[in-house]
Amino acid sequence: MDEIKVMDEQMRNESLNRPVEHDTTQYIVTQLGGEQYGIDIKYISNIIRMSKITRVPKVSNYIKGVINVRGVVIPTISLRLKMGLPEDEITKKTRIIILTLDQHESIGVLVDEVKEVVTLDEEHTERMSYEKDDKERYLSGVGKADGKLISLLDITAVLAEVVDV
Amino acid sequence: MDTSQYLDIFLDESKEHLQNLSDQIMELEQNPENMDTINEIFRAAHSLKGMAGTMGYKRMQTLTHDMENVFSEVRNGTFKVQPGMIDVLFKCLDALEEYVNNIQQTTEEGTNDNQNLIDALNSILKNSGEVKAAGSAAASDKADSAAAVSDKSNAKRERWQDIKINDTERMLVEKANAEGFKVYGITVYVEEACVLKAARAFLVFKALEKLGEIIVSAPTAQDIEDEKFDLTFSLIFISKSTKDEVKAAIKSVSEIEEAFCEEYVLAEPEKPAEEVKAAEKPAEEIKTAAAPAPTAAPTAPSPIASGNKPSAKTAAKPVVNRTVRVDIEKLDNLMNLVSELIIAKNSLVSATEAAENKGDSSSVNEQIEYLESVTTNLHESVMKVRMVPIESVVAKFPRMIRDLSKKLDKKMELYMSGEDTELDRTVVDEIGDPLMHMLRNSADHGLEPNDVRVANGKPEVGSIFLDAYQDGNNVVIEVRDDGAGINIEAVKGKAIERGIITPEQADTMTEKEVIDLLFLPSFSTAKKVSDVSGRGVGLDVVKSKIESLSGEVEVKNRLGQGSSWIIRLPLTLAIIQALMVVIGDEKYAIALGSIQTIEDVSPDDIKLVQAKEVIHIRGTVIPIIRLNKVLEIPPREDDGNKNLTVIIVKKGDKLAGLVVDELIGQQEVVIKSMGKYIKVPKMISGATILGNGEVALILDTNALI
Repeated sequence: MDEIKVMDEQMRNESLNRPVEHDTTQYIVTQLGGEQYGIDIKYISNIIRMSKITRVPKVSNYIKGVINVRGVVIPTISLRLKMGLPEDEITKKTRIIILTLDQHESIGVLVDEVKEVVTLDEEHTERMSYEKDDKERYLSGVGKADGKLISLLDITAVLAEVVDV
Repeated sequence: MDTSQYLDIFLDESKEHLQNLSDQIMELEQNPENMDTINEIFRAAHSLKGMAGTMGYKRMQTLTHDMENVFSEVRNGTFKVQPGMIDVLFKCLDALEEYVNNIQQTTEEGTNDNQNLIDALNSILKNSGEVKAAGSAAASDKADSAAAVSDKSNAKRERWQDIKINDTERMLVEKANAEGFKVYGITVYVEEACVLKAARAFLVFKALEKLGEIIVSAPTAQDIEDEKFDLTFSLIFISKSTKDEVKAAIKSVSEIEEAFCEEYVLAEPEKPAEEVKAAEKPAEEIKTAAAPAPTAAPTAPSPIASGNKPSAKTAAKPVVNRTVRVDIEKLDNLMNLVSELIIAKNSLVSATEAAENKGDSSSVNEQIEYLESVTTNLHESVMKVRMVPIESVVAKFPRMIRDLSKKLDKKMELYMSGEDTELDRTVVDEIGDPLMHMLRNSADHGLEPNDVRVANGKPEVGSIFLDAYQDGNNVVIEVRDDGAGINIEAVKGKAIERGIITPEQADTMTEKEVIDLLFLPSFSTAKKVSDVSGRGVGLDVVKSKIESLSGEVEVKNRLGQGSSWIIRLPLTLAIIQALMVVIGDEKYAIALGSIQTIEDVSPDDIKLVQAKEVIHIRGTVIPIIRLNKVLEIPPREDDGNKNLTVIIVKKGDKLAGLVVDELIGQQEVVIKSMGKYIKVPKMISGATILGNGEVALILDTNALI
């Protein structure tokens, strides 16, 4: 969890270095397969290392099971499987990002790696058109930072479907 | 005045008064002459009126006012209670309940004036020959309050001087004086119109506690909290603030009529005689202040007896039912803490196991045992806080049965026992509707019409019993009637007619299977569809509700003698004793309550019956469930001829054998929800956290069988 501290610091530095602008959003950049995905930081309550996931029988394949985060049982899903990518390979860099959408309900998502925090303003993000294919329907847009393209995940769309299962 | 902060208290108390009224009116129907009952009704109606008035609910106030008028006349002996009157009164109660429900949902009382009820009440007043009844009641009301005012103005003085202090308090006062604090004697008068006296007093206490410390109060703080005081209370108070500041603090609370505040001077410890006298005096005054109500009814047959008894009753009530209203969120929080403590204990256990392998650890064990006793006690006491008697739910049933009796034109009587049986608050809140359905069912379908009963040699009046009792870790609620019982053939006929089963199926069905048909949605056997039951909603709803509370319903049927419906509910929903097992390489918990025995079975003993695996144990054939198949766990290798560990579990009177690979042992587990983002299969009832931090799933054996 030391990683969080680092990120906290990064965030603090960034917010110190530049005055808060109204139309900027901070994203945590994660690696999934060969691509980088950004997750809006306001949904993220914690990032933890891979821990033992307890399988739950008879649920969709992308639901990996449940984990214990400080005494709370939290379901965990594989973003890779959800987005039609090949099965996760668990490495030292694998992380579980704990997302909290409303006050009490949390869910964990498995990602290959957590890279950095970027701050994007509206000018550098492009909204997606409404015609989205399978993978893209979970994206809310594409952002540019330091010359890289980052797909921005629409977390509410990802999780809305989880609830329906 | 902003009354919103009192809305909760208002709602709680209104409900209490309404329930009380309902009970008393039932009683009155049996004994129309009982003056105690009449007085009690008058009192409750009066309190309701006052409360509604203070909160600004005019319609509710008007209706209760008219009810009160009627009772005022009954109490004065102008006329007697008649059966028709009881019905009108019950209708009034229903209307009042509607107001209260509206208020609860929207904080508005609604727009129904219930003019017909008011007219009905007024016509009762008129038809009894008392045309001027309403006016005279109002007049006597006025006279009453006038008397009370004069009574009060005489009494208004600095009563704090009467407070007798003991040695410790004397020491406190001396110490405060020495340390430069000021000691004040305070007497507060609450406005007579004030309905929530205790709340006002509480606010005064709170305001004062910001400035200093209250060392003595008369009456005691507990009595004040229980509203056992008469518009005034006195305090001795230590503070650094000035007299005016203290006074201002008290006056900042609304509905405070007068506040006296003077510096308190220690009386000489001698003169015990005078002190005793002084102490007696307020008691006397309270007595006289309480007296006007009963003596204002000179025509009552025995004013003294009737006056004393109800007041004794009301005074005794808080003692019987001394409840603390606790925010459920706080309780949940406490519950979570306990959960965590248990998790901590479990990790300590696994830590010592590791230590044990290395060497001696007797002292650690001692600590664990201590920790274990602490957590057990803590758990028990927290659970108890959450427990409430089912009385709050079942109290409304006698009234319901009375109405049903009239509506269905059948004579019946409800006998209840075990109303003090306690259940988790969440369960109690949910259990009302299912019980109501079952009682209606008994009244409508169970009991035969009176003439049929007589023809069958049964007593004309049908009996319905509602018994609640605790049975181990379960609470059992039994609804029983002495009616005709379930006619199995009629149920079969109906099921065939509805196309639920075929006639061939019907021939092979056991009685139990037939009864289970009753719990299917849209199944009703009543030949006459009434508005009581028979719309096909009910039993299936009952069943799903009970199951959602982790309970079960069982039916016992004796044709011709009646049927009983047995609801079995778990005492608690949060922490259970469980057996930890291993299947494949996964750990699962099975609630200990459902486990009968654990058997070591040779693979040769498993037989096939209708392509299903069964075992024979002590004369019973028990179906085998291979958990690794159900839970989709890859089977362990080697297996072949090794003996199987089979856990025999029970659901109702059905048994099943669950095959597991290993047993770990018994453990107290905390049930955790798995969140709404994941829809778990029915056989998983939750998850728990093990000592090593891993999550294990809890199997619901009921869903497996």
